[in-house]
Amino acid sequence: MPELRTEEMTINMGPQHPSTHGVLRVELVLDGEIVVDAIPHIGYLHRCFEKHSESMNDYQQVIPYVDRMDYVAAMSNELGYAIAVERMLEIEVPERVEYIRVIMAELQRIASHLLAIGTYGLDIGAFTPFLHCFRDRERILEIFESACGARLLYNYIWVGGLSHDVPSNFKDKVRDFINYFPPKIKGYNDLLTYNKIFIDRTADVGVLPPEVALNYAASGPVLRGSGVDWDLRRNDPYSIYDRFEFDVVVGKGEMGTVGDCWDRYIVRVREMEQSVRIIEQAVEQMPDEGDVKAAVPKRIRPPEAEIYARTETPRGELGYYIISDGSMSPFRVKGRSPCFVNLSVLPAISRGSMIADIVAIIGSIDIVLGEIDR
Amino acid sequence: MKRYFKDIWDSFYTIAIGMGVTFRHLFRKSVTIQYPDIKPELTERARNRLYVNMDDCIGCDQCSKACPVNCITIETVKAVPPDDLGVTSTGNPKRLWVTKFDIDIAKCCYCGLCVYPCPTECIKMTDVYEFSEFDRHNLVYNYSTMTPSEVEEAKGKFEKWQADKAAAKKSSTEKKKEGSEKPKAKQQESGEGKRSDSPEDKKSES
Amino acid sequence: MVETLEQFLPHPLLAIIMHAALPMVIVFPYVLFAVWLERKVSAHMQDRLGPMRTGGWHGWSQTIADMIKMIQKEDIVPSRSDKFLFKFAPFLAFMGAYAAFAVIPFSSEYIGAHLDVGAFYILAVTSVVTLSILMAGWASNNKWSLLGAMRTSAQIVSYEVPTVVAVLSVIVATGTLNLMTISEMQTGTIFNWLIFSNPFLLIAFVLYFISSLAEVNRTPFDLPESESELVGGFQTEYSGMRWGMFMLTEYADMLLVSLLGSVLFFGAWNSPFGDFMSGPVWGVFWMVSKGMFFIFVMMWLRWTLPRLRVDQLMDVCWKYLIPIAFINLVLVALWEMLF
Ligand code: SF4
Ligand code: SF4
Repeated sequence: MPELRTEEMTINMGPQHPSTHGVLRVELVLDGEIVVDAIPHIGYLHRCFEKHSESMNDYQQVIPYVDRMDYVAAMSNELGYAIAVERMLEIEVPERVEYIRVIMAELQRIASHLLAIGTYGLDIGAFTPFLHCFRDRERILEIFESACGARLLYNYIWVGGLSHDVPSNFKDKVRDFINYFPPKIKGYNDLLTYNKIFIDRTADVGVLPPEVALNYAASGPVLRGSGVDWDLRRNDPYSIYDRFEFDVVVGKGEMGTVGDCWDRYIVRVREMEQSVRIIEQAVEQMPDEGDVKAAVPKRIRPPEAEIYARTETPRGELGYYIISDGSMSPFRVKGRSPCFVNLSVLPAISRGSMIADIVAIIGSIDIVLGEIDR
Repeated sequence: MKRYFKDIWDSFYTIAIGMGVTFRHLFRKSVTIQYPDIKPELTERARNRLYVNMDDCIGCDQCSKACPVNCITIETVKAVPPDDLGVTSTGNPKRLWVTKFDIDIAKCCYCGLCVYPCPTECIKMTDVYEFSEFDRHNLVYNYSTMTPSEVEEAKGKFEKWQADKAAAKKSSTEKKKEGSEKPKAKQQESGEGKRSDSPEDKKSES
Repeated sequence: MVETLEQFLPHPLLAIIMHAALPMVIVFPYVLFAVWLERKVSAHMQDRLGPMRTGGWHGWSQTIADMIKMIQKEDIVPSRSDKFLFKFAPFLAFMGAYAAFAVIPFSSEYIGAHLDVGAFYILAVTSVVTLSILMAGWASNNKWSLLGAMRTSAQIVSYEVPTVVAVLSVIVATGTLNLMTISEMQTGTIFNWLIFSNPFLLIAFVLYFISSLAEVNRTPFDLPESESELVGGFQTEYSGMRWGMFMLTEYADMLLVSLLGSVLFFGAWNSPFGDFMSGPVWGVFWMVSKGMFFIFVMMWLRWTLPRLRVDQLMDVCWKYLIPIAFINLVLVALWEMLF
């Protein structure tokens, strides 16, 4: 009897696919349902962020573009950029501004993680947690809206300060939120995190060993999920993060192997709790008075210099490499995008898994295509 | 074997917990609103459609320069002596006819950067957010209040005035026999009266 | 029932058609209602309201409007598909689902066909749905559809086993395959229902319910369509009313397994209160409300649970459900022998 010959099937996942979180295209080589190889193709959302920045006639004008990189965590992007330019200009930012920035960045981290875990549930097939997460994210967006008038793309953190002072009831609103939110985390855990089916779907799937994670220069929850204890907020404190007490959450392999999808997921859930802690402390310490625009320069004309500044956004290490030629507009702005780097581990960890696992893995990396393609 | 039964138990138990959560939510009050009937209340800082109060605009072009996507187009014509445009409500004198003030709202990214540099605070972001159109071209808002004939008139006046100036200058330089660009320019400026804002300088030169 | 109809109608053939179309009177409004209910249940579980506008009160006519929209839609058939199979599959699917209603006793007076092998007939005829899904997936000439179709056949063939064994437990207890007879055996109060007559039948019911979820492709076993992995599974290329037919089939199937579940375990058309509220018309009421209850549970599960992976699906079936079902069958038989 002649031997039965089977063929591998190549299939395109995306750019129009419900679970590729935007317009990612993954070329899958399949043997039945088993993935032989997965090759991500990017660039469908390329908007020339870096080139645009060079043609701006002001450093300030880059900020709306920065917002649109990682559009679900715009505050964090602005913070990174503002810090980079401030370091070039050697500006001291007022105390109050620093506190507001930290509160905003941490609220943004919660909002972004909520989106990440919500859509992750969606990828795995659970619809309800997604909308529960959106319900709570809405409250954060409301705080942002009251501060700067926009809900998604804020243009709030400026070089040297903020666009507006926070409204007078800001502290109360934030306190309300940090009282409201922790019980909700329990709700997500009951509904999704500790569900047996969810654990089965994510534990031991897409295992990213720590060495591999480091070799690929992964960062953020992807790196911490693999058990590497590295968080820029603690390891290279920027702004005033050295004043707060918080734990860096790492994956421990509770449900399976260290570095599996469940670990990456639970790191996000627990990071939200830590963010709440930081916000609590920041709200207590925040000075009530102070001009948020005191240090905003009239003209931003940095000396001829280059700088690399990095911050911990919800998705990992976001770095800006800025070269100034001494003129009003930047000579070069390069973004080191955490998602782009994190996505590069996809082929390495998805070989040999099933199609459904690919969805779980992409979701657990938590990519935002706006930032990958820029 | 123990694991086998534990798995079964875990499945039923966690599913029951999850079902408990969803069941409780079944009777919660919904958090969504019925949008067109009930409109969400926007904050006073809401950044939506731009509004320009043309009475106050001095045509200084600051907003257009601040815009990162170049969606504001401003054209101005200098007002010549007999016409006095008065002052804005903030007290800045108006010296330019704003013949064109177009904002392409379709391009606008609602960043709000144009609002801050305006010397007369006449460009503002409002809380109007329902302004969709079937045709993209309808989203180019023309804020200039001047009719085409008025624009023509202003332009004609300015040209006539300039020609007069040039003629006057010519005769004066011929008299003085030391014509250079600089005094010409100065003469021109002094003819317009004194000015304080540097951007206006730029505008009139261009 | 046919005889009664024949008295009123001019031609016996007409009476037979009327007779056959009667379940339609229940199935169609039910589907419209169930789709609306599913939207509402999901919405309220997610702190939303769901459709509120169409038709006034809580958007009750939303599904009717949707159906009209679907009928009006362009009938798109992919150019490289197998046209005949592609067009035929949705009808075959609905045929399979509808044919099974023939032996469901809706009330003490109405049953489509008095088959002595009713339970067996249902199990056989519902497999046609598998065939149609396979046809749809293959004919679409789309790799996602094909994957979905292959998953379906694997899934339904596997889950047929525990379903059959669970049904067999009932048959062991009752000694008949005729669903009308099974229903009649449960007349009386709630304690005459089969589920309470034998503790192992309770386990059989749980097994039946789980595996029937898989049979009708509901979460957590909705792998054939699994919209977040396979885009739309076997229905990726379908649109308009053909897609609507699949939707109709899915909901009709849900009703079918729920009704079968209530016939086999929950007293069919019998009132739980003995003679109170019982009779042929009340029978329909009890039957449908028991069915709706299980449908609600299915929706509840769907909006709570994530989805299994295809290998885990097989694990659940072959490693858990089937061994337990067989052991349970033996225990049911033992209990029946002893008591
Ligand atoms: S809001 Fe921003 S994009 Fe819109 S006109 Fe003003 S500066 Fe330009
Ligand atoms: S900045 Fe203000 S005054 Fe100047 S052109 Fe713009 S709207 Fe007019």
